Amino acid sequence: MAAKRPTPASSGKTKAKSNVSPDELKKFYREMLLIRRFEEKAGQLYGMGLIGGFCHLYIGQEAVVVGLEAAASEGDKRITSYRDHGHMLACGMDAKGVMAELTGRIGGYSKGKGGSMHMFSKEKHFYGGHGIVGAQVPLGAGLAFSDKYRGNDRVTFTYFGDGAANQGQVYETYNMAELWSLPVVFVIENNQYAMGTSVQRSTKSPSLWERGAAYGIAGEEVDGMDVLAVKDAGQRAVAYCRAGKGPYILEVKTYRYRGHSMSDPAKYRTREEVQEMREKRDAIEHVRQLLLTGGHASEDDLKAIDKEIKDIVNEAAEFSKESPEPPLDELWTDIYADA
Amino acid sequence: MATEILMPALSPTMEEGTLAKWLVKEGDTVQAGDILAEIETDKATMEFEAVDEGVIGKILVPEGTEGVKVNTTIAIIGEAGEDMSATPAAASPAPAAPVAEAAPAAPVAAAPVAPVADQGPDWPEGTPMKTQTVREALRDAMAEEMRVNDNVFLMGEEVGEYQGAYKISQGLLDEFGAKRVIDTPITEHGFAGIAVGAAFGGLNPIVEFMTFNFAMQAIDQIINSAAKTLYMSGGQMGCPIVFRGPNGAAARVGAQHSQDYAAWYAHIPGLKVVQPYTAADAKGLLKQAIRDPNPVIFLENEILYGKTFEVPDLPDFTIPFGKAKIARAGDDVTLVSFGIGMTYAMEAAERLAAEGISAEVIDLRTLRPLDYGTVLASVQKTNRCVTIEEGFPVASIGNHISAYLMQNAFDYLDAPVINCTGKDVPMPYAANLEKLALVTTDEVVAAVKSVTYR
Repeated sequence: MAAKRPTPASSGKTKAKSNVSPDELKKFYREMLLIRRFEEKAGQLYGMGLIGGFCHLYIGQEAVVVGLEAAASEGDKRITSYRDHGHMLACGMDAKGVMAELTGRIGGYSKGKGGSMHMFSKEKHFYGGHGIVGAQVPLGAGLAFSDKYRGNDRVTFTYFGDGAANQGQVYETYNMAELWSLPVVFVIENNQYAMGTSVQRSTKSPSLWERGAAYGIAGEEVDGMDVLAVKDAGQRAVAYCRAGKGPYILEVKTYRYRGHSMSDPAKYRTREEVQEMREKRDAIEHVRQLLLTGGHASEDDLKAIDKEIKDIVNEAAEFSKESPEPPLDELWTDIYADA
Repeated sequence: MATEILMPALSPTMEEGTLAKWLVKEGDTVQAGDILAEIETDKATMEFEAVDEGVIGKILVPEGTEGVKVNTTIAIIGEAGEDMSATPAAASPAPAAPVAEAAPAAPVAAAPVAPVADQGPDWPEGTPMKTQTVREALRDAMAEEMRVNDNVFLMGEEVGEYQGAYKISQGLLDEFGAKRVIDTPITEHGFAGIAVGAAFGGLNPIVEFMTFNFAMQAIDQIINSAAKTLYMSGGQMGCPIVFRGPNGAAARVGAQHSQDYAAWYAHIPGLKVVQPYTAADAKGLLKQAIRDPNPVIFLENEILYGKTFEVPDLPDFTIPFGKAKIARAGDDVTLVSFGIGMTYAMEAAERLAAEGISAEVIDLRTLRPLDYGTVLASVQKTNRCVTIEEGFPVASIGNHISAYLMQNAFDYLDAPVINCTGKDVPMPYAANLEKLALVTTDEVVAAVKSVTYR
């Protein structure tokens, strides 16, 4: 069967799309800014030794989750890798609970036992936070399987990176997801570097989403620095899955400004490359300009949002410092569920 | 308001570093993301970015300074026009992250299990019995649980139309349909992951591996996803799933198809591990496994599938986990085994009885949780112990039981515990060598004679 050809990917030009109202535009600005300020604060707390281990920041990629969450409905599920703070904030999880997990405190989403890479919220249908590259892909298809089994019309967003896209289990999952028409949106967050290895140094495939064609899966490439384009593509993908047509792949081209993790000196790319993305393609600045030039918000309006976000993040940081470490008997709990 | 810029920790292990170079000077205005300095850590030279905008007020640690402790104030940043001269110049380390309070002495034994032996009957006295093969018992267990719980489904290679590679799922497709008896492509890593995801989504999958040798392809999903997520989620995300299939050597299938994984899975907190011997245990334990809210590894054996046992003729019965069975009572030595190892243990006990040695045979049935109480009580009575299993000798279940007895029954032992295991070699194909590679009844008899000094 021929690959289902997608609608051409959006151009990413800064033009207000009809799928977004001024209010929603402000919401996007607010949500993306929350992620960025949260992550900057997390980086700061890491530097102070309050956060340990691995800490992978989402700075630069904010438009991906914010745009896709705008295409989701109540009850839809999401699952991702270890670069997960943005996903949690975007689906409505509490910044305090996320930050307190980063500092390993009892007030964290996993009572301090999971850490940066392992957080969950059944209430918000967020299924983690997974530390093994690519493992969340079959898990996400399994979540979609559970919804199809029950006969509801929910969709699961399964996020993974360009690095995970070379794992074998991704293709095992593609095969079964299409075979069984599972309602799963595979979101490849292509930030162009798998730790220190660029996409060009890891594959000769000209694009990652087109690999789905080998399994009969439809998909498209999306400009991940344009939140409007992401929402637009997300809506297309969700409608496709909800209609029972099976999985859909979105390869979202994005960019992470920071290193792979906090201890990454990032010598595999030039400072100029990062600077150029920050200055010319920044997703938050893009929305900010849309709001200002469209007359939807004044500088003062945006300053008020900035202040509101700063307060939320500072409050989260304070909470994450004040929340106590888990009691020592927590070592022995949650190993088994009560039979 | 002036804020102090502290020497950052730039890796999980960094305690101090060299402030190699300042890229800003006093009076410079910086934006969030601007590079302030280059810092050499134990691993690399890192660029240190500003997290907020402001004006560099004072630089307290000059470039080139080595051994700057993490959290030392290295500069002051403030708003334009602000007077920052009053800020202390002394750069002493700020209080670091709280150090964990001294933990009270942790219990030595890893498994906080109270060893209480429960040797009550598995089903009421006088229950009518019927004769069944292990194969039929396993199928009936799945069918009964599928009838009462719509969320239970079976997934695996050849479980549906083919009726099971070893005919365990015979008739299930006809009764439950293709929605609940799902043939998969040959893709263990993928379908194990999908099943774990379905369990996270609230279903109760039974995954059949055609053999546990192939579960090696899926072991990351079993260990890292199924076993650990409840803990990593602080108790939010359970994984009610059963992984089942034949385990261990069959006959003449060579090294890659003949491994016993009991010790591998029993090593993992978060998993429950079952390895039944009889048909009644297979049925009662599999029904228990399907109802358990945790991931269960259910290790079967191809050679036992066709073996016939008495099974209680009851509409519903289960056998609890963590309850061993005294398969044969005795006084002189305790034989501890499980799964197909029980065939050697029971044969040996019969032969030893003819020679006047009374062996007590314990069938562990579940390896995690393990019934320490029943083993301990028996060894306190017999003062001698031999363990029997087909797996490799290094880090075997027998090794673990030996260590447990040494710690908890040292004064009761009249002889060192002997572990009868498979040999420390990949399984050979040649019939004579294969026989030699597995544990034998002769070896069990010899071990018993050794510990009883006969």
